[in-house]
Amino acid sequence: MTGPGGAGPTRLMDAAEIGRALTRIAHEILERNKGAERLVFVGIAARGDDLARRLSWEIERIEGTTVPVGALDITFYRDDIGMRAEAPEVHETRIDFDINGRTVVLVDDVLFSGRTIRSAMDALVDFGRPSAIQLAVLVDRGHRQLPIRADFVGKNVPTRVDEDVRVAIREVDGEDAVLLEEAMTTTARREGA
Amino acid sequence: MNQHLLSIHDVDADDIVRILDTAESFREVGSRVIKKVPALRGRTVVNLFYENSTRTRISFELAAKRLSADVINFSTSGSSVSKGESLKDTALTLQAMGADAIVIRHSSSGAPLTLTRWVNGSVLNAGDGTHEHPTQALLDLYTMRDRLGRLEGLRVAIVGDVLHSRVARSLSFALVKMGAETTLVGPPTLIPPDAPAWGVEVAHDVEAVLPKLDVCYLLRVQKERQRQQYFPSVREYSRLFGLSRARVGLLPEEALVMHPGPMNRGIEIDSDVADLPRAVIEEQVTNGIAIRMSLLYLLLGGSGSPGEEPVGARTGAADG
Repeated sequence: MTGPGGAGPTRLMDAAEIGRALTRIAHEILERNKGAERLVFVGIAARGDDLARRLSWEIERIEGTTVPVGALDITFYRDDIGMRAEAPEVHETRIDFDINGRTVVLVDDVLFSGRTIRSAMDALVDFGRPSAIQLAVLVDRGHRQLPIRADFVGKNVPTRVDEDVRVAIREVDGEDAVLLEEAMTTTARREGA
Repeated sequence: MNQHLLSIHDVDADDIVRILDTAESFREVGSRVIKKVPALRGRTVVNLFYENSTRTRISFELAAKRLSADVINFSTSGSSVSKGESLKDTALTLQAMGADAIVIRHSSSGAPLTLTRWVNGSVLNAGDGTHEHPTQALLDLYTMRDRLGRLEGLRVAIVGDVLHSRVARSLSFALVKMGAETTLVGPPTLIPPDAPAWGVEVAHDVEAVLPKLDVCYLLRVQKERQRQQYFPSVREYSRLFGLSRARVGLLPEEALVMHPGPMNRGIEIDSDVADLPRAVIEEQVTNGIAIRMSLLYLLLGGSGSPGEEPVGARTGAADG
């Protein structure tokens, strides 16, 4: 919070910091996998696919190798279908390459409960049998509910469960930023207070 | 969205866009090696067919199975219905067995609506008498939007026995909702008198209509539903209203030929015309599975009542 009655969210990362974090993650991915030969990126919609595309550009700049990028929507694999009032909204899935025998780097914006990643791994194995799955996230905010950890992290941010971490991406939101919002603020706003 | 899909009047234009957009994702699932997702695991879908229909039943069955739901096919021959069980008692039995959705086809208009009085699950109308067949209309809209990129302003003619066609009714209502210019074409005896009130045009000369179309939608001549003589002979109908090889040339280059199936080749459509690339009849069938997956998902994927959201499960995929 920026002040009493102030509704502004706290800015955790700006565009330059996000750019530097992605460059570092790209280097770490190359180091860990000894190059980009067998790599493919699969970004989790929405926003994870935009970040995956950025990572692919970084790697192309560093290595001169093009890493294929796919988008994965995990809605149909969620563990809470039927628990909310409305069926969750669906995004596009587009993986137009073979993932068999490849190293798949899953890319998401925020790692929180770990449930999205669990769904994503279930979805991925319906597309084939990767030789390995790794996980890259821009923000790890803690509060895992499943035994899942990220291989590559842009920034670790300690948060409270009732806070909200939102990643804005230039392609979708017009700017690059990581924002921390008090969940109370959102509720208060909704109630018109 | 409503709990049930009994008629196109149960959905508004925004719902229709949502149903078509969601179907887009399910068509992608249908193109995978493993054409199955776990979205409706543990849910039970009952196909209750009082009228024979192989293609619609198989389409719903495949749709439910690709969503990992359990499917029960209840056809009336060889079941308790042939022993005299009433619709009410069949409904109460299915209710007692915990059906989450009932897909019903019935020869009586209004049977799906009646069914909703006795069951808690969602009821999907798969065709009732001469009333409506909303899932067919939605898959037709999907096919038109997919091929032509839009629905608004699209010029569509529905040609044939509109009077007995539940497909024509649902499709007309849906097209008008989406802002398409719809014309019903057929002999005066087969056009319902109240048709102008639907917001559609009526014409009787098919050759005058064809050059101005984006879609020519042909209806099957339904001899089984006609209880009296509506036209002198099938041969005459075919000569006046059938889409022959010569007539198809009157359509603009990009225009589509559609048919809900099953076709009577040689009556409402020439055999050669049915096999032209612009006849997208098999695409309609493929898209039908995606539309029915979309509907089952949207109707069964929510709890139906606003409640606490599970922790770490916001609407977006950004929850972790």
